[in-house]
Amino acid sequence: MELKEKLVSSFMAFENTVDVDSSVHDIRIDAMKAFEAQGFPHKKLEAWKYTSLKSILKNDFSVFPKENEALEYKDIKKYFIHDIDAYKIIFVDGKYSSHLSATTHDGIDVCLMSSALTKPKYKVIIDNYFNKIATKDGLSSLNTAFSAEGAYIHIPKNKVVEKPIQIIHFSTGNEAALMLQPRNLIVVDENSHVQIIERHQSLTENPVLTNSVTEIFANKRAIVDYYKIQNDKQSASLIDNTFINQKQESLAKVHTFSFGGKLTRNNLNFYQNGERIDSTMKGITIIGDKQHVDHNTLVHHIEPNCESHQDYKGIFDANSTGVFNGKVVVEKEAQKTNAFQANNNILVSDKATINTKPQLEIFADDVRCTHGCTIGQLDESAMFYLRSRGIPEKEARGLLMFAFSNNVLDSVKIPEIKSRITKLIAQKLGVNIGFDL
Amino acid sequence: MSKYTEDDLREELKTKEYEYGFYTDIESETFPNGLNEDIVRAISKKKEEPEWMTNWRLEAFKVWKEMTEPEWANVHYQKPDFQAISYYSAPNSKPKYDSIDEVDPELLATFEKLGISLDEQKKLAGVAMDVVVDSVSVATTFKKTLAEKGIIFMSISEAIQEHPELVKKHIGTVVPTKDNFYAALNSAVFSDGSFCYIPKGVRCPMELSTYFRINQAGTGQFERTLVVADEGSYVSYLEGCTAPSRDENQLHAAVVELIALDDAEIKYSTVQNWYPGNAEGKGGVYNFVTKRGLCEKNAKISWTQVETGSAVTWKYPSCVLKGDNSIGEFYSIAVTNNYQQADTGTKMIHLGKNTKSTIISKGISAGKSQNSYRGLVQISSRAENARNFSQCDSLLMGNECGAHTFPYIEAKNKSAQIEHEATTSKIGEDQIFYCNQRGIDTEKAIALIVNGFSKEVLNKLPMEFAVEAQKLLEISLEGSVG
Repeated sequence: MELKEKLVSSFMAFENTVDVDSSVHDIRIDAMKAFEAQGFPHKKLEAWKYTSLKSILKNDFSVFPKENEALEYKDIKKYFIHDIDAYKIIFVDGKYSSHLSATTHDGIDVCLMSSALTKPKYKVIIDNYFNKIATKDGLSSLNTAFSAEGAYIHIPKNKVVEKPIQIIHFSTGNEAALMLQPRNLIVVDENSHVQIIERHQSLTENPVLTNSVTEIFANKRAIVDYYKIQNDKQSASLIDNTFINQKQESLAKVHTFSFGGKLTRNNLNFYQNGERIDSTMKGITIIGDKQHVDHNTLVHHIEPNCESHQDYKGIFDANSTGVFNGKVVVEKEAQKTNAFQANNNILVSDKATINTKPQLEIFADDVRCTHGCTIGQLDESAMFYLRSRGIPEKEARGLLMFAFSNNVLDSVKIPEIKSRITKLIAQKLGVNIGFDL
Repeated sequence: MSKYTEDDLREELKTKEYEYGFYTDIESETFPNGLNEDIVRAISKKKEEPEWMTNWRLEAFKVWKEMTEPEWANVHYQKPDFQAISYYSAPNSKPKYDSIDEVDPELLATFEKLGISLDEQKKLAGVAMDVVVDSVSVATTFKKTLAEKGIIFMSISEAIQEHPELVKKHIGTVVPTKDNFYAALNSAVFSDGSFCYIPKGVRCPMELSTYFRINQAGTGQFERTLVVADEGSYVSYLEGCTAPSRDENQLHAAVVELIALDDAEIKYSTVQNWYPGNAEGKGGVYNFVTKRGLCEKNAKISWTQVETGSAVTWKYPSCVLKGDNSIGEFYSIAVTNNYQQADTGTKMIHLGKNTKSTIISKGISAGKSQNSYRGLVQISSRAENARNFSQCDSLLMGNECGAHTFPYIEAKNKSAQIEHEATTSKIGEDQIFYCNQRGIDTEKAIALIVNGFSKEVLNKLPMEFAVEAQKLLEISLEGSVG
C-alpha cells in the first residue's frame, strides 16, 4: 500500500486513540483533508525541485510504533550534550521516556505536547498558538493531523531560563521501518530567554523517516537561541519544518549543523511581525557518501526596521548533494530592512552536486538587501603556505575547511556545543585538528 | 530651478507618455484571425517555401498543440487568445525596392520620427540596415559591401530560398521546436526575420542591425533570427525595437539562434522599447522571447540588452558553452515603469572545459512595476575549471514597485568557481546630498547615479547603439538620465 493511503486510512484509528472532544480535533481533521488533497511533495513543485522523497517513501513505514525498549542512559549518553546541566525531553520511538527525561513545571513549563493538548490548564496557550503559523502544505498538514506528542515549552514573562533544554528523539529500530511525526510548540513570552538543543538520532540501521513540525513564538523582546544537531545514521531521513513568529524587538537564532543522515530537509521559516526584530539563521553542512541536505529558508519581513542574517556554509564530498534555497521577502511596509544572505560551498568530489538558489523578493524601496553565493575550492596558495611549513596535506586541508566554517560557530553561545561541533567537524573532515576549543 | 526631488521624478515618470506612439497606415495584407494547420501551410506557401520547411513548420505546430503555456514566470497577465491573432501581415507595396526613393513615403516618415531615417542610416558610417516592418523585409542596405566579404545578411525567407542548405543545417539546432511553448509557436508560424552567415575567418567590417516593429493592429509578430559565425569569424549584431501605441495587447514571440563555431565571436546587442502600455497599465506588448547561443571551441557569445519597453517581458538570452575554453557573457539593463512586468535573465550552461561566463544584470523599477532577474548557472560534471561570476543589482524608485531575484546555481564539478552577488537599494539620500554639496542639482545627481548604476552595461553596447540606448532609457526614466 502506498504510504499516503496508509496514512489516510490509519488516521481514523489514530483519532479514536486521542481525545475527540478537544478543539484540536477540528484542526486535525482539516489538516488531514489538506494532506489528502496535496499528498507528498514532488519534484514538480518549485520548492522541491532539487529534492526527491520518492526513494524514501517506498519504505513500508509503520505509523504507530510499538512500545519502546528501555534504553539505558549510559548507552546513549554520547548523543547528549552531557557535560552541562540541562532540562531534557527525551522520546524513544516517538514515545516519551520519563526515566531519561528531566522536565519541570517550576515557573516555566518544559513538558509534553500530549499533556498540553489534553489538560485544561494549557488550553489558553494551545488555543492561541497551536497550528497558528505552520503552513498548510502537504507535509506540515500531515504532521498536524497526527500531532499528539512532542515537546511543549512555555516560558512566561521575564524569565531567563538558566539551563538549556535538550529535545532528543531516539529510534531503536524495533520496527522494520518507522515514521515519526513529532510536534513541538515553544512559546517564549516578553523579555524571556531560552536556549534549546534539538537532535534526532537513530540507533540502528532500520530506516526512519521523521516529519517534524516546530512552532516557535518569540514575543516582545524575547530571545530564542535554537540549535539543531543533525548527525544521524545513513538510514535515517529527516524533514524538519520550523516556523518562527517574532514580535517586536525579539531575537531569534537558529543554528543548523548537518553532518549526516540519508536525506535532511530543513524548512526554516521566520515571520517578523513587529519592528526592530533580529533573525539569524546559520548553518554548517559537511556531508559525503550518498547524503542529501536541503536548506530551505524563508524570512518574511513584514514590518519596518528589522534585520535578518543568513550564513550557510557547505562542504560536499563523495556522492553527496547539497541544496540551498533561501528566500527573503520584504513587504511594502517593511522599510529600512537590512537583510543579508550568504551561502558558501566547497565541492570536494567530482560526484558531489550543489544546487543553490538565493532568492530575493522586494517590494519596499528603502532597504538594504544583499546576498552572496559562492562555489569554489580551497585556496591553493593557502594550501602551499601550510604545506611549506610541514603540515601534512590532510591536516592542512582540514585546517582550511575548519577555518572556512568557523565563523558560523562564532555566534554559538553555549561553549559545550561549540566544542562538540568542533569535534564533529574534525571527525567529519577526518583530521585531528589538535587544538582544544 | 526649484528643488528637484525624487518625488518629482516619480511624478514625471508617471505622466511621461510613450513618445514613439504613432501608427502608420500602410495597406496591409493580413490573414484572417486564428491558427490551424491550413494557416501554417498558407504562411509557408505565401513565402514560397520548399517542402522541408513546410513540414518543419507543421511538425512544430503539432508539438505546440500538445503544449501548455508556461506559468512559472513571475508575471501576471491576461493570457493571449491564440485564435484571435492574425499570423501574417505584410506591407502591400511590394516588390522590394532597389533604392530608398521607392519606399512608401509614409513609412519613411515613420522612421524619421524614430530617428533612424534610412537616408541618414545610409550615410552614417558602417551600419547596414535590414528593416523589418511587420514581418516582411522592405529595405536592405550595404548588402554589396557585405557580399564582397562573402557575408550573407538577408531576411530569413530570402535565405530559405537562396541558401537552403545553410538554413536547413542550422535552424532549430540551438532552439529546438520542442523547446518551449512560444518557441514551438514561433517555429510554426514565423513570418520573417534575419539570417546572417559570416564565412570562415572573416571579421564583419560593420555592425549588422535590424529593426523590428509591430505595425498592424492585432498582429502578433513572430520573428526568427539565425546568426551563424563560421570558424574564426567575428560579428556584432544589433537589434532594436520600437512599436506604436495600441490598446490591445500584442504578442511578440521571437526566436533568436546564435551559432558560434570554433574560435568565432558573436556580439548580440538589443535595445527593446516596445509600447509598455499607458500609465494605467492598459495595452502594451507581450514580449515572450527565446534567445540562445551555442559556443563551440574557443568561441565567445556576448549578449547585451537594454530592456525598457513591453508590458510583459519574458526573456532569457542564454549561452550553451559546449566547446572547451568558450566564453559566455550577459549584460542587461531592464527598466520597468508604471505597470510593466519584466522577468528576464540568462542561462549559462557550462559543458566544456575551462568555460567562463559573466553575468551583469541591472534592474531599475519605478511606478507600480515588477522587475525580476531569473538566471541559471549550470556546471556539468565534465566542465573542468568552469568559472562564473554573476552580479545582479536592483534599484527601486518608490515603494509601489518590486524587485526580485531568482538565481539558480547547479554545480556538479569540484573545480568550478562560482560567485553570485545581488544587491537591492534605492538612490541614497546621502549620495544625492554629496552631489548637492558639490553644486550638482538633484536632477543631475539622480541622472548621474542612475547612469553610473547602468554604466557597466551601457559601456558594452557598440558605439552606434549607445546613443540610442541612452535615448531609450530617457523615455523610461525621463529627467534622470543625462
